[in-house]
Amino acid sequence: MASLDRVKVLVLGDSGVGKSSLVHLLCQNQVLGNPSWTVGCSVDVRVHDYKEGTPEEKTYYIELWDVGGSVGSASSVKSTRAVFYNSVNGIILVHDLTNKKSSQNLYRWSMEALNRDLVLTRVLVTNGDYDREQFADNQMPLLVIGTKLDQIHETKRHEVLTRTAFLAEDFNAEEINLDCTNPRYLAAGSSNAVKISRFFDKLFEYLFTPVILQKSLTWKESA
Amino acid sequence: MSFLIDSSIVITSQILFFGFGWLFFMRQLFKDYEVRQYAVQVIFSVTFAFSCTMFELIIFEILGVLNSSSRYFHWKMNLCVILLILIFMVPFYIGYFVVSNIRLLHKQRLPISCLLWLTFMYFFWKLGDPFPILSPKHGILSIEQLISRVGVIGVTLMALLSGFGAVNCPYTYMSYFLRNVTDTDILALERRLLQTMDVIISKKKRMAMARRTMFQRGEVHNKPSGFWGILKSVTTSAPGSENLTLIQQEVDALEELSRQLFLETADLYATKERIEYSKTFKGKYFNFLGYFFSIYCVWKIFMATINIVFDRVGKTDPVTRGIEITVNYLGIQFDVKFWSQHISFILVGIIIVTSIRGLLITLTKFFYAISSSKSSNVIVLLLAQIMGMYFVSSVLLIRMSMPLEYRTIITEVLGELQFNFYHRWFDVIFLVSALSSILFLYLAHKQAPEKHMAP
Repeated sequence: MASLDRVKVLVLGDSGVGKSSLVHLLCQNQVLGNPSWTVGCSVDVRVHDYKEGTPEEKTYYIELWDVGGSVGSASSVKSTRAVFYNSVNGIILVHDLTNKKSSQNLYRWSMEALNRDLVLTRVLVTNGDYDREQFADNQMPLLVIGTKLDQIHETKRHEVLTRTAFLAEDFNAEEINLDCTNPRYLAAGSSNAVKISRFFDKLFEYLFTPVILQKSLTWKESA
Repeated sequence: MSFLIDSSIVITSQILFFGFGWLFFMRQLFKDYEVRQYAVQVIFSVTFAFSCTMFELIIFEILGVLNSSSRYFHWKMNLCVILLILIFMVPFYIGYFVVSNIRLLHKQRLPISCLLWLTFMYFFWKLGDPFPILSPKHGILSIEQLISRVGVIGVTLMALLSGFGAVNCPYTYMSYFLRNVTDTDILALERRLLQTMDVIISKKKRMAMARRTMFQRGEVHNKPSGFWGILKSVTTSAPGSENLTLIQQEVDALEELSRQLFLETADLYATKERIEYSKTFKGKYFNFLGYFFSIYCVWKIFMATINIVFDRVGKTDPVTRGIEITVNYLGIQFDVKFWSQHISFILVGIIIVTSIRGLLITLTKFFYAISSSKSSNVIVLLLAQIMGMYFVSSVLLIRMSMPLEYRTIITEVLGELQFNFYHRWFDVIFLVSALSSILFLYLAHKQAPEKHMAP
């Protein structure tokens, strides 16, 4: 067991999209029986085999930080949330496939997390504009997950999935669509499980890259 | 002919109000949600439109616009529609949406919501018994019966909100009550929060590794569920799963602590912002206003007590009294009729506008605080219900602020309600609400500094 410096992944998204259920599913391979509101931040740990199946296989812990709240919260809540955005290695953006606004809010969420310093000094006004160049420049691994797939009727599926494909492209990220109450979607060997595994592997590659190449995306610890 | 013109004026204004309610719903209330059930939005806008029309008719009454008989007709019609909405439609839809949220009862939505509505009607009817609100001359399904009950609920709401508002307003405006918060306090709390998160993470790492080794060894961790499960786990338990349950309990306690710390930190940030705001010009202006409002609040509490103790209900409205005083004591002569009309128009107009605005702002804040994507429909309907009842009772109470000649239409339309009862009831609830708000704010204020100023 390699005890590395922490590997921290943020799980962001609007209130009620299913982040807590998702995190529970990823870490404990079980469906969350009684989801309730997340106040503040709840953390869970996933044991991940880096480079599984190869001779260099190593086991690491990945911390999934599920930050609760909404993009429209008071600025005092936003400042408090900003303390969780320290030294992050990857972000999972979660949206609800049945609610378009939650997908649109993902831009604001990612701006909030990636611009932590600006949020604290209140220079940045998060009003939904996002900078394409920043995302093209961004090397931090992102993953977009759409939940409540079971509630989308068969006939509308194609349209919804096209929309989410555009969304993932904007973030330069992989995307997964699933239903958090059904472990079948993340069964070992399924394409979703492979994508997740690849995402976590990317985290380590990003970590092992020399600091010079990570130009804009390591944050200073708060002094 | 004039009836048609009058009706078209009223209906146009109703459509305008409907549009305003629609916009308010979309832009303010449902900013972060997707509207999937348009019925909810329609109901909210319709309630808002008809409530505003009632106020509009009062203003028309004072100004003498439109024909008197067409005004009367529209009053009656408006009242019927509003009562229909408040008593039949909104409660039924609330029951329907509540049941739709529960997965189990999905199939039998309709009959169960009818059942819920019947229960609501039963309690609504029973509400009228302990109150002496009607002269016993009327039949069962008359407007007076329904309005009297709606009035009781609405007046209670109004008094509660007024009482709390009257106390909370100076408390928020005045900077005298602001606790002193420094940056070091905030940093210290943040550090504690992050430390707690670290401890939680290390425990979860142990649990994850233990689960993995158990899984690889073929053991299965059964969480003790139910009574027999706990009994069984006492006698036969693998050492691994025992450990896990222990650690899980520790983690639960730590997570609760982290939530508390998060809320406290958010509170400190909010206080710090308020301190900064109070140093600006706007902040100083509001601070100044706060002193006036506190005097006004004390005066209102005093008047409410006097009214109750001396069993006094005001007979004349403020406008006529003011005019009497100026004419009799200050000796200024002016055209009483002309001025009383205009002054009461302005006074009533201000009361209406501030109460609508205040209510909408309070509702929005309330909505943001407690709604989630599942319950947003139900909450909006509840707010529409509250809004409707609030506006109906405002009409009841506003009667007291108008000179005698303008009260007639309200008295005519609403029938023989005991208006004095409603004013007495308002005073009582206002007093109770204001005093308990003072107590509540005092306790909250006292408790907070002890937590943060600890070394």
